[in-house]
Amino acid sequence: MAKLELIQTLKKDNGRVWNVSWHPKGDAFATCGEDRCIRIWAKDLLGKWSNKVVLTDGHKRTIRQISWSPCGNFLASASFDATTCIWDKQSGEFECNATLEGHENEVKSVAWSSSGQYLGTCSRDKSVWVWEVAEENEYECAAVLNAHTQDVKKIVWHPTQELLASASYDNTIKIFKEDNSCDDWVCCATLTGHDSTVWSLSFEGNGSRLASCSDDCTVKIWKEYTPGNPEGISTSDNNSVWKCVCTISGVHTRTVYDINWCPLSGLIATACGDNSIRIFKEDSDSGPNAPTFNLICNVEKAHNEDVNCVAWNPVVKDLLASCSDDGEIKLWNFVDS
Amino acid sequence: MLKSQREYQEFWVVNNKNRLITQEEYDDTIVDEFDQREIFDIIRSINDPEHPLTLEELHVVTENLISVDNAKNDVCIKFTPTIPHCSMATVIGLSIRVKLLRCLPSRFKVKVEVNPGTHNAECQINKQLADKERVAAALENSNLIKVVNQCIAPRHLG
Repeated sequence: MAKLELIQTLKKDNGRVWNVSWHPKGDAFATCGEDRCIRIWAKDLLGKWSNKVVLTDGHKRTIRQISWSPCGNFLASASFDATTCIWDKQSGEFECNATLEGHENEVKSVAWSSSGQYLGTCSRDKSVWVWEVAEENEYECAAVLNAHTQDVKKIVWHPTQELLASASYDNTIKIFKEDNSCDDWVCCATLTGHDSTVWSLSFEGNGSRLASCSDDCTVKIWKEYTPGNPEGISTSDNNSVWKCVCTISGVHTRTVYDINWCPLSGLIATACGDNSIRIFKEDSDSGPNAPTFNLICNVEKAHNEDVNCVAWNPVVKDLLASCSDDGEIKLWNFVDS
Repeated sequence: MLKSQREYQEFWVVNNKNRLITQEEYDDTIVDEFDQREIFDIIRSINDPEHPLTLEELHVVTENLISVDNAKNDVCIKFTPTIPHCSMATVIGLSIRVKLLRCLPSRFKVKVEVNPGTHNAECQINKQLADKERVAAALENSNLIKVVNQCIAPRHLG
């Protein structure tokens, strides 16, 4: 029976913790929340996780999400104050050296592309912005994408390509890429199927599939069918088609707020409004066009309140971090025995 | 201002109609789980954002449209806007959510919904009230929280 063993519980924030983000090296992580601070955690000499740095004064309102650049030198924070801050350690200590403005209201999510060349942000103002990282703390707006009709909750970049996926209150997921013919960013796919707000997304390690989670209490797995695919799925305009190949329903009893697909183990973790963390594993016998995912671990009461985020460590296999409305951050070790 | 003791008593009686104290409520040995009635007592006195009346007096909230499941930590309130195109419906729903957020233990999952069939934009209002991220953002909006706090604050007599 597979299980999640609790390694450590951390609490410093006042109020809800919205997000946990691992440093690409896997030896530190950042958290943010209602108290408008960013905290950076690392192991102390005794091997216990502890709070090393607190970043304050960057934002005037809730910090909804943080994201490390692929090189690990920059940390971006998205806030309800309508700005995104970029922090770096060039002076020896973390400082906010750039503030990205332009969204009309709350910024909900921020993410770096795998090359580190682009930064994406999205907002309640329904737009997704792509920023090009120039030299010396300069960020130029490369695109303002108004494809969604409602609040955009989350954005994630493809693990290897400059492909951006967004999830929205309008129940859809959209995929954006740069169109080389007109040098502009365009929406190249709309994924419909969820019956309510799509809260989060996560690409599989190789980028060929995407997992989404929703207020409709389901998780969906979407597979990319490229032009000329052997299955004969029709595509148009030389764009890939993303089809829902699996829906996991009847497992989550409330809104699923976050999903994370581990590139190391292939396991999918979910964070749910019923206080549970769940782990899913793909059935190796199922076909590629109709995969099945089995619930292999269900930690009820993982937290005392809604679980807002789950994040697999990018280096240390089976190490999972979670955070909750109860103000706590937990570290777990997944054991498949 | 209420001028006399008599007026005050009338006010009190009006506000407490149908509110009979049961024997159990006097018995300290009975474990007091949250029930319909207790939740109703928390929200009945919320003020309407536009009228000088409470949600109970306007029949926006009633005891029978409240459900509580202590084991599942579930509380569900259905409220009835005064008119089907009431522009204040979201603010009323938000006030109910905030009041319960402040009064109930954090283990409770509170759902506030429009009583089915009583508002034109029922689905939109329900979706917005159920979105904790948007509720959190709304509560950081100083103008909105002021209105909500006014609705929740106990009414000054007169």
